[in-house]
Amino acid sequence: MWPNKFDYVRAGSIDEALASAADGGKFLAGGHSLLPAMKLRLDSPEQLIDIGRITELQGISANGGLTIGAGATHDAIATSADVQAMCGPLASACGQVGDQGVRNFGTLGGNIAHADPASDPPTVLVAVGASVNIQGADGSRSVGAEDFFIDLFETALDDGELITSVSTPDLSDHQSAYVKFPHPASRYAIVGVCVAVKMIDGVCDHAHVAVGGATLKAVRCKGAEAALAGTAVDDAAISAAAEAVKADIADDLIGDIAYPESYRQQMAGVFLKRAIAAAQG
Amino acid sequence: MTTRIFGSGIKRREDPRLITGEARYTDDIKLPGVLHMAVVRSPYAHANIVSIDSSAAEAMDGVVAVYTGDDIEGLAGLPTAWLIPDSDLKTPEHPALAKGKARYVGDGVAMVLADDRYRAQDAADAVVVEYEELPAVIDPEEAAGEGAPLIHDDVEGNIAFRWAPFDKEASDAVFDAADVVVSERILQQRLLPTAMEPRSAMAQYNPATAELTLWCTSQNPHIHRFIISAVTGLNENKVRVIAPEVGGGFGSKIPCYPDEALVSWAAMQLGVPVKWTETRSENYLITIHGRDHVQHVDMAASNDGKILGVRATVYAGMGAYLSTAAPGIPTILHGLLYVGPYTIDSVYCESIGVMTNGTPTDAYRGAGRPEATFLLERMIDNVANKIGMDPAEVRRKNLIPAFEDGYEVAAGLNYDSGDYPTAFEKALGMAGYGDFRRQQKSAAAQGRYLGIGVTAYTEMCGLGPSQVAGAVGFQGGLWESATVRVTPTGKVQALIGASPHGQGSETTLAQIIAEELGFAVDDIEVIHGDTTETPMGWGTYGSRTTPVTGAALAKASQKLKEKAKTLAAHLMEASEDDIEYADGSFSVKGSPDQTQSIQDVALMAHLAWNMPEGMDPGFEESQFYDPPNFVFPFGTHIAIVEVDAETGEIELQRYIAVDDCGPQINPEIVAGQIHGGVVQGIAQALCEGVVYDDNGQLLTGTMMDYCMPKADMFPNFELGETVTPSPHHPVGVKGVGETGTIASTPTVYNAVLDALAPLGVEQIDMPLTSAKVWQAIQDANGGGS
Repeated sequence: MWPNKFDYVRAGSIDEALASAADGGKFLAGGHSLLPAMKLRLDSPEQLIDIGRITELQGISANGGLTIGAGATHDAIATSADVQAMCGPLASACGQVGDQGVRNFGTLGGNIAHADPASDPPTVLVAVGASVNIQGADGSRSVGAEDFFIDLFETALDDGELITSVSTPDLSDHQSAYVKFPHPASRYAIVGVCVAVKMIDGVCDHAHVAVGGATLKAVRCKGAEAALAGTAVDDAAISAAAEAVKADIADDLIGDIAYPESYRQQMAGVFLKRAIAAAQG
Repeated sequence: MTTRIFGSGIKRREDPRLITGEARYTDDIKLPGVLHMAVVRSPYAHANIVSIDSSAAEAMDGVVAVYTGDDIEGLAGLPTAWLIPDSDLKTPEHPALAKGKARYVGDGVAMVLADDRYRAQDAADAVVVEYEELPAVIDPEEAAGEGAPLIHDDVEGNIAFRWAPFDKEASDAVFDAADVVVSERILQQRLLPTAMEPRSAMAQYNPATAELTLWCTSQNPHIHRFIISAVTGLNENKVRVIAPEVGGGFGSKIPCYPDEALVSWAAMQLGVPVKWTETRSENYLITIHGRDHVQHVDMAASNDGKILGVRATVYAGMGAYLSTAAPGIPTILHGLLYVGPYTIDSVYCESIGVMTNGTPTDAYRGAGRPEATFLLERMIDNVANKIGMDPAEVRRKNLIPAFEDGYEVAAGLNYDSGDYPTAFEKALGMAGYGDFRRQQKSAAAQGRYLGIGVTAYTEMCGLGPSQVAGAVGFQGGLWESATVRVTPTGKVQALIGASPHGQGSETTLAQIIAEELGFAVDDIEVIHGDTTETPMGWGTYGSRTTPVTGAALAKASQKLKEKAKTLAAHLMEASEDDIEYADGSFSVKGSPDQTQSIQDVALMAHLAWNMPEGMDPGFEESQFYDPPNFVFPFGTHIAIVEVDAETGEIELQRYIAVDDCGPQINPEIVAGQIHGGVVQGIAQALCEGVVYDDNGQLLTGTMMDYCMPKADMFPNFELGETVTPSPHHPVGVKGVGETGTIASTPTVYNAVLDALAPLGVEQIDMPLTSAKVWQAIQDANGGGS
């Protein structure tokens, strides 16, 4: 409720933001992760650099894939026709973040920079093999989502670096879904599962599977993907994938006082089945 | 006559200011020169305070003073005000700031006063306290056991009281002779009251007049005045307590807390106003918690389903100090309810109040009665399962038949009126109970798990006759008083001693006056929450404001009406016997053109130009009202659930509530009270529960972990009613503020366990989270999937 004292600057451009970051501090976008932590005095940055009005960080563009500005709000992504067409699970995940007020302010860049393990969009980004585009004082770089998320609240971002956008492939020819089991208290994911399956002539050419919520970070589930590839994605394959996914996440499980690791691991299997069913529509 | 205002579902008159943000709460009140208090709180559940170094804090900008427990002189400890008799009650000292030892996480050890809330918090963080950590205990049964850490030196074995007023031998004889005895250990988990508005207090002291004004979040400002006067040593007539808008309480704003005493004391020390408003995190840490029972319960029955007796040993967690009303909750408000609406001839309750290193507990919506209703209803389902009889049939067989004026039960209470079978059959009819049992079977054949829970309940509220209050050790009366004052222009001010804080009483009480006197509701203001403006009253809790204050207002209004009739007759030069009254207007029998409205009469009473012989001027009446008995609302609630065996998730499909609170003054407000109460009670069954770790750290310290109910968890509630007036109440009404909370927890719990019965699950501790339900299914299956 009562944050420590901090300085505040508003950046008009990416360059201004990066210049201010040379003095330390944290970037403030929607503020829906950072400000609650500051109110509880769990985080006390000396300076907030407001990047909320930088136009270069806004916007969603589609040309063969999606490029989503880091400053795009969850609501903008959830309601974007381009995102719905090319990366439906991301629209779905962003539409399930927080409540409408949170989605109106919170941004994709802020969300993934915070790297809450129970957040929804990272699971989709890891599943589909998205790239996180980053700019720093020394220039730009692009990091695959799987490498971007390192651990609980830890990412590949270096001090002073800013996420500028996120790129995803066009998955409009995949059957895909993001399905979430929300925590009754916080509505964060107890487990969230993203599935995207490419079917050719009734056979699965390849599958993307990732799990979040139950894990320290969103985890790409190669075992489950392998269990689906080359099958008709029938009941037997789905059951095999549901078993495999539990092994895929076994080393990264987390739990809380109400929903322990063992339960979340089992639920990953259940919700993988439900995600596949949703993807198959 | 036009539509009666009594019984009309008019909109709540409080709502425009509440929903537009124009209501004025304690924290909204700004005084020039105010200092802000921040409290340094113990991070340990049990620790000796070795040293406190406040020098760095005192040196910070804007800091005026830092006080520790040892610095505070002239402020007595917080009293416990419900001294239950025949229980060997110990009331350990509760200093406003801990001295020598902190006893729960959140116990105040120092206070900082600064010119700005942020600076106060910064300085509080800069106070260095050295602690020597001690072993802590949270579970009340464990705290009462051998070798538990001793929390107060003067409370041996941590046992604050042992209350067992019933005949144990007679109870044992019933159990020894019974065909069937079922037993269960029931955990009534701790709950967080979570009022929308956290607590707040601001004090202002005038050294010249020695007058203290305390604005605070109180359900009972006159009790707060009484206690603040006692702890500060100020005369009671020099203390003014104002409860401005109060955003909910659910019992948590009954007690007088250290914080309210501290701002008062500091304002007196420094001669400037002092304010404190808790954060939500503090609210969860230091504002009282509810429930916290470990119950060992037995029920005796015959093979054909006659319930013969109920008995329980209850370990009731009191937390680290005995809060204002705490000892009365698991005793008087609990054990006397063990009969419920049933013909149970034998009851026994031993309630052991245990000090722990948890946050102090006290009254939370229902207060003792939900804990009683739950154990009764759970054990009836256990009996039904044991003897193979449908649980609704067991209840039907044991319900007390209808009665209109008094029914003595084995627990010692005299129920006022009830028609339990009618409400019961109505609810079963609304639910389609028989059809549901058939659907349940066919769903089971498809691997779907449906369940139904039925609760018949009665409860005592409208607290209560003062003579009884005295007999059970409540350190106050339980009457109310009210004044109905009509201005010369015919507008009404109704001044009440009770202190509503969200219940809609400004509407319902106005409807009572409007009904009696014929004023428009919009011409009636109900004024409350200020000890200087309003007459004495004992407060708003225990579903008592409508029954008790409502009765006082009805009787004051009736007195005014008598005066008005006499004056009207005099003004119209008619005999009083010939005066007729309708809709706020007096007329002379046979001469309908000649009338005097209530407003005309009010004006003439004020002018006093032409009064009857012996009549005093003015148009105002006051009434003290001490109820002759409690009121006993009742009803039957039914829940239908489906459990997803794959995840353990519970879907609440239908909720039926048939309640009888006598004549309903405002059906919309009654429905609102039932909706809110039902939601809170269901939340106890399904999702709410305080969790501490082994060191006494509160793990459910925010709403991220403590699961508040949300609207999308619930179906539309299906409400029904029966109407059985209270025979002893002037307008027949009973309370309805707590019935939903009392009835709904066992209803939903039993429904879930009914759904899980085919899977072999017999018991799960509340709350029934999906993880616990899923685990129980695995365990019943023989150890997991």
